[in-house]
Amino acid sequence: MRATVLVRPKGGILDPQGEAVERSLRQLGFAVDGARVGRLIDLEVAAPTPAEARAQLESMCERLLANTLIESYEIELESGDP
Amino acid sequence: MSDGRPRIGVLVFPGSNDDGDAVWALAALGARPVTVWHGERELPPLDAVVLPGGFSYGDYLRCGAIARFSPAMEAVTEFAQADGLVLGICNGFQILCEAGLLPGVLRPNASLSFVCRDVDVVVERTDTPFTTRCEEGATLTIPVKHGEGCYHAPQDLPEEQIVFRYAPGSNPNGSERDIAGVANASGNVLGLMPHPEHAVDPLLGSGDGGLVLASLVDAARARAYAPA
Repeated sequence: MRATVLVRPKGGILDPQGEAVERSLRQLGFAVDGARVGRLIDLEVAAPTPAEARAQLESMCERLLANTLIESYEIELESGDP
Repeated sequence: MSDGRPRIGVLVFPGSNDDGDAVWALAALGARPVTVWHGERELPPLDAVVLPGGFSYGDYLRCGAIARFSPAMEAVTEFAQADGLVLGICNGFQILCEAGLLPGVLRPNASLSFVCRDVDVVVERTDTPFTTRCEEGATLTIPVKHGEGCYHAPQDLPEEQIVFRYAPGSNPNGSERDIAGVANASGNVLGLMPHPEHAVDPLLGSGDGGLVLASLVDAARARAYAPA
């Protein structure tokens, strides 16, 4: 089952990468604000049901993919939500 | 095995690069350093453990995030939970945070630049196993070299766990509350971004880091040779 995990810096957490990207975009003439840089992980999960896949993905996020002290995560399953 | 020198393990991960200096410094300060490969599931008999600096697993995902799941880290976690002395330097600090053995997390420097220079660090606590040789409030000159040393503290981090602070005006990375080093609640685990192992011989600019490591060697020796 194809899945995508989005990891974002939580609101209020300093994101120097986002700030640098925003500055650079402004230098290019774009009127932008509030740029934040996160991470995207595409993966294939072996699970019999979408619910089980989602449970596994939650565990992956909690244990490794995100540090929940500073990051939030969002899971997208290609086969639709259970 | 009893020659008066405490045995201090230095973990080596793929990408560690300060293990050599840590081994050299600990030996110079009277310990018997023992390197431990990250794939080892059990630690040899040790009186303390040092997690050295470097870029374990290429810093992929987040600094220390992958190293914390290496087999040796499970053994280090057990060692720490049994009140063993554990010191994490730079990447070692990042790994201890990711492993949950220390509070907080280290983020990219606020400047987004890699910093590599001597910094002044104030000793906030002298009653930890890592600082007994320091004087209360002393300022130590120790180098930092990191791209991700901006410490994000949990909101409820007690003041007592802050062992080192960057001196006023010399915070090199944007760390909250100028924190340079923190201990766990029970005080047997410490992490810091500055590199004491690079400041052991005054010939190289400063010997102040030697105070931190010599404190650890003292504490490890006291444990090794304590009357049963």
